[in-house]
Amino acid sequence: MTIKEIQDEIVDEFSMFEEDNWDERYQYVIDLGKTLPLIDEKYKTDENIIKGCQSKVWVHGEMQGDKIVFTADSDAILTKGIIAILIRTFSKQTPSEILEADTKFIDEIGLKDHLSPTRANGLVSMIKQIKMYALAFNAKN
Amino acid sequence: MLDIQSIRADFPILSQKVNGKPLVYFDNAATSQKPKVVIDAITSYYEEINANIHRGVHKLSQLATDAYEISRVKIQNHINAKHSFEVLFTSGTTHGINLVSNGFASLLKVGDEVMVSALEHHSNIVPWQMLCERTGAKLTVIPMDENGELIFAEFEKLLSEKTKIIAVNHISNALGTINPIKKIIEKAHQFGTAVLIDGAQSTPHIKPDVQELDCDFYVFSGHKICGPTGTGILYGKEEWLNKLPPYQGGGEMIKEVTFEKTTYAELPHKFEAGTPNIAGGIVLGTAIDYLNEVGFEAIAKYEHELLEYGTERLLEIEGLKIYGPKSLENKTSVISFNVGTIHPYDIGTIVDKMGIAVRTGHHCAQPIMNFFQIPGTIRASFSFYNTKEEIDALVGAVKKAVVMLS
Repeated sequence: MTIKEIQDEIVDEFSMFEEDNWDERYQYVIDLGKTLPLIDEKYKTDENIIKGCQSKVWVHGEMQGDKIVFTADSDAILTKGIIAILIRTFSKQTPSEILEADTKFIDEIGLKDHLSPTRANGLVSMIKQIKMYALAFNAKN
Repeated sequence: MLDIQSIRADFPILSQKVNGKPLVYFDNAATSQKPKVVIDAITSYYEEINANIHRGVHKLSQLATDAYEISRVKIQNHINAKHSFEVLFTSGTTHGINLVSNGFASLLKVGDEVMVSALEHHSNIVPWQMLCERTGAKLTVIPMDENGELIFAEFEKLLSEKTKIIAVNHISNALGTINPIKKIIEKAHQFGTAVLIDGAQSTPHIKPDVQELDCDFYVFSGHKICGPTGTGILYGKEEWLNKLPPYQGGGEMIKEVTFEKTTYAELPHKFEAGTPNIAGGIVLGTAIDYLNEVGFEAIAKYEHELLEYGTERLLEIEGLKIYGPKSLENKTSVISFNVGTIHPYDIGTIVDKMGIAVRTGHHCAQPIMNFFQIPGTIRASFSFYNTKEEIDALVGAVKKAVVMLS
């Protein structure tokens, strides 16, 4: 699936929640967190911690064929859920597709609060980190 | 007895809804809300007497100068300083600490020591570390025990003639611990050591008496005591303020300027370079008047009731652990806690969705979190305008969060 198709699928899943039904929405994010492809312990280093988060978040990307495969982890469950959504979107895509993709779908699934750059969970920093990987691998090729 | 409903009516912000729920504001240790009198006083300053102070001969300038200096005297009386010129306006606690730590650079030499405690906020650690880097002095740290209380015997061992200044908070922002500052000051003075008290967390609850404490410096922030942001006070004993060099150069702080030499103004102006936060300084006086009208004894008594009630109710939650003194007599109305291994950020985010504002994280006190080997805590800090019903809402919200996150 393309990034856009995956994003549409996620938006569709979140559309089952009423707008004011924050608790089911959050519960779903928490459950998604449990599906996160976990990062190998050896990559959980201090250098791999994404800055700007109140919780610890590690992201690792590596090339498999022409695609980047991302794994991640966090010590907070909500953050894990949010990074799981990002990884579902961006993992197993090519660097140029990742670089071209936008993240407007975050608005549509009612997690807009989390996109604010001042928000301590650092969603913006996570996206930046994923794009940095794409940029680095793109440059290598 | 406080009439809480009438007090709450003084604070416009408290009647709003957050995420569709009535706001429950339990982040008072970060900043307090402002009563209408304070908000109105800011407007009326700008509408009626705005002018630069200590300069113009015109009427407005005199009115503004008088109001600013009257506020200084109010604060002098509030903290019982001997002279009004010992009361310096700053932009907040951090500014006050930096002013003193910079001044001490000229008084320290290699081999001297500067002491802080394990319970300090970063702003009462970092300026002293910077001072030590500049001067070659050594930083020593009074350790704490598992209850988040300073170990006095260890303090006594660390203290010597080499210790030139001790910077310690009156009350810990992260845990609410009330420190034995009177004993620390007494002991320090036996060695000729100066003591700076960080009163950022004590001034919302206690009326400090700087002469009775005999501290050399006492610093606090206006925004935590119902005043405007960007205001604060540095109290310093006259002899110390005379010993310290000016912090910033500029207008207001000079007596005479030639290109050969500048002579500095008398206290307090020596330390108040440039046009200050005039409205803020004046309105800080209004905030202090408001708090004194409510009455500090009544505030302390009521907040202690909230602390007792909150502690009891939160401890109903299975796996909830409170960090800080076991004896509630040794702390203020701050409850710093975690539930099991759930990340504080997760609980904080979910209770926010229910309209409850708590602080999560390390509270700018990473060494304390490292001591307990935790990423942070959830901190609920109560003020005199909070209620037991709001505590019930917090307990309900935390319980719900725990169910969702487990």
